[in-house]
Amino acid sequence: MYNTYLIRYGEIGLKGKNRPQFERRLMDNIKRALKKVGPARVERVYGRLVVESEADPARVLERLSRVFGIVGISPVLRLPLDEEAICAGALEVLRDAAGRVQPPAGSPLTFKVEARRSNKAFPRTSPELNGLVGGYLLKNYPGLKVDVHNPLVRVGVEIREKNAFVYAAEVPGAGGLPVGAAGKALLLISGGIDSPVAGWMAMKRGIEIEAAHFYSFPFTGEKSLEKVRDLCRVLAGYTARIRLHVVHFTEIQKEIQKHCPEELRVTIMRRMMFRLAARIARQRGALALVTGESVGQVASQTLESMLVINRVVDIPVLRPLVGMDKLEIIQRAQNIGTYDLSILPYEDCCTLFLPKHPATRPRPDQAERAEEPLAVEELLNGALEWTVMEEIRG
Amino acid sequence: MAIREVYLDNSATTRPLPEVVRAVVDALENNYGNPSSLHRKGVEAGRVVTRAREAVAASLGVAPAEIVFTGAGSEAVNLAIKGARPGKRGRHVITTAVEHHAVLNACAQLKEQGIEVTVLPVDAAGVVDPERLAAELRDDTYLVSIMYVNNEVGAVQPLVEIAAVIGAARKAGRRLLWHVDAVQAYGKLPLRPRELGVDLLSISAHKVHGPKGVGALYVAPHTPLQPLVAGGGQEWGLRSGTENVPGIAGFGVAAEMIAREGHLAADRLRPLKKRLVEGILAAVPGAVLNGPACDKENPRCAPHIANISFPGLRGEILVHSLEGRGIYVSTGSACSSGKKPGSHVLQAMGLKEDVVEGAIRFSLSITNTEEEIDYAVKNTAAVVEELRALYG
Repeated sequence: MYNTYLIRYGEIGLKGKNRPQFERRLMDNIKRALKKVGPARVERVYGRLVVESEADPARVLERLSRVFGIVGISPVLRLPLDEEAICAGALEVLRDAAGRVQPPAGSPLTFKVEARRSNKAFPRTSPELNGLVGGYLLKNYPGLKVDVHNPLVRVGVEIREKNAFVYAAEVPGAGGLPVGAAGKALLLISGGIDSPVAGWMAMKRGIEIEAAHFYSFPFTGEKSLEKVRDLCRVLAGYTARIRLHVVHFTEIQKEIQKHCPEELRVTIMRRMMFRLAARIARQRGALALVTGESVGQVASQTLESMLVINRVVDIPVLRPLVGMDKLEIIQRAQNIGTYDLSILPYEDCCTLFLPKHPATRPRPDQAERAEEPLAVEELLNGALEWTVMEEIRG
Repeated sequence: MAIREVYLDNSATTRPLPEVVRAVVDALENNYGNPSSLHRKGVEAGRVVTRAREAVAASLGVAPAEIVFTGAGSEAVNLAIKGARPGKRGRHVITTAVEHHAVLNACAQLKEQGIEVTVLPVDAAGVVDPERLAAELRDDTYLVSIMYVNNEVGAVQPLVEIAAVIGAARKAGRRLLWHVDAVQAYGKLPLRPRELGVDLLSISAHKVHGPKGVGALYVAPHTPLQPLVAGGGQEWGLRSGTENVPGIAGFGVAAEMIAREGHLAADRLRPLKKRLVEGILAAVPGAVLNGPACDKENPRCAPHIANISFPGLRGEILVHSLEGRGIYVSTGSACSSGKKPGSHVLQAMGLKEDVVEGAIRFSLSITNTEEEIDYAVKNTAAVVEELRALYG
């Protein structure tokens, strides 16, 4: 019965002068998200967006619930500004919602009307509308009862400039800011649990993500790369598209293995990854790096390690997981839909070259000395020359 | 001539023969009827299945009525093991430590139902001792499942001796069923289940240049077997479900070739394997052959599977490195730094951890050439040297 959806957005409503720009971004992102399910129209009515699509409502809602910047989504009936039509529409959405809620045994179906009038030319005030629509529903739906505090069904009525909207359900949105509203960053993605979550959290704050993966064939295989692509595909589901840079890391890996002391190999590997990522970021107009690091999880994630690794770049490095425990990260990964992919057992190059006793408190001068045998500049250029950009669609 | 692709993973699967592909496409395009239908379309499709059944039967020297088509080699194995009726006294099954997971996991399911399972050990070459089987047979043993050729190391189990043990037990009045997983032997070694007194024997099409998704179980007359899939009663009631006519047609073509030339396969494959094994062992210091010695006189050595370890290196890195040079092989043992343990077969053979970790399997087909083998030997040596320089 629904082909129209009322979209509420919170945070971006507050952004003053930037607001039209944010709204436009959100509208674009919604259109892109719905492309796969069918044609959609998005229009702005004051403080809200209205989406029209003839596609299966379940699929539309699923897609919309993954668009950042949306606080809530309600499937609505769009009605003329006419009392009779509004009452009839309210009854229709109530009946539909009643099929989905289960009153406790023996108790009646309770409801409440929540009217809002932003179009002050409409002759009825909001309290008047509450009474009018509520009375109509009570008369026409046997056994119904009003409960203003804790109703099972909330029937919303919004009086806008040209139309009235009536609805009975709100699906929570993903929150955050529209992707792209905050510029672009480059995500360092492995096949693990953490980095996709970090990417998702950056996206949630409106950051457009491109991803870089360090590929060390033959030390890791095509299956592990395919897993990274699959992870990007899940993330792309929140933004429609992700560009993945597959960085040819093999030669660097080999050189480190040959020339650097075992306990510093991870540190140096990370420094090389950061250097490469910073260069790709510059080429791609990305303003920051995003990593899945969290403090103190493994040896390379101590503050001392971060200091030594971070020194090789001057671009900001965002670490959205820094405030999270492992269990919280896992839970988030499950909600996002990356967890089941991340735990597939394909080796990534980190685990393959992991020394038995990596240095947990490396010093900058140690790392620099350990790097001396490496032709850093040449290695970086070589790796970038063989880097391939792929476009991954959600 | 520059070689770009050398496929030496034929025990994983094989490339279908062009005739097979044609038969599959022809069945899809022209014989799309349901063999159970009464009209001509059904009869024509039924004829395709019948012809294929005759070809498969001929390749095993059995009667067409003794062949049941299944959806995979694993399904044939499951039908044999879980479908075999224990009879009144049966509550014990015997198998070996080096069986394919289809056998081992089907037996694990029997165990859950309260059936006792004895797993026979193997020697360092992966071979079962028939006397050990004799010692483990009990009054309540109703099923023995022993493979013909092991898929990882190519150990050929002594079926003739095992047949003698089972024959003797039957003579003594024991009611015993014998299943042979012959998936890796089919098309490579002569297979005559009737001569051995085998009751149930599993084979698969895609290991012999046929299509995937089709296998067969040989069922000797009067074998007490119940179906796993109930339905319209196809395949003598033992495997319901509309026949996979295109797959079966392709299987038939592959089986015809085996019936025609199967007896020659071993003699064609053995020199290739010898060239490969001797080449690698000579070129790579420290490389070891796992499984039975590669020797024409050694009946325990399969003609097409060579499992070789490069201790100190990791199998999956070798696989990818060879892949980088266009050579496709496989590893039985998975990443041991991850969660999975190494190959159960190599472990059952009592091999050391670094040998298990550094093992890769080359598996040959009659379509491989000497030139391909030489290319594989040369590049394996090069890859090992390169990796050893890194890890040394």
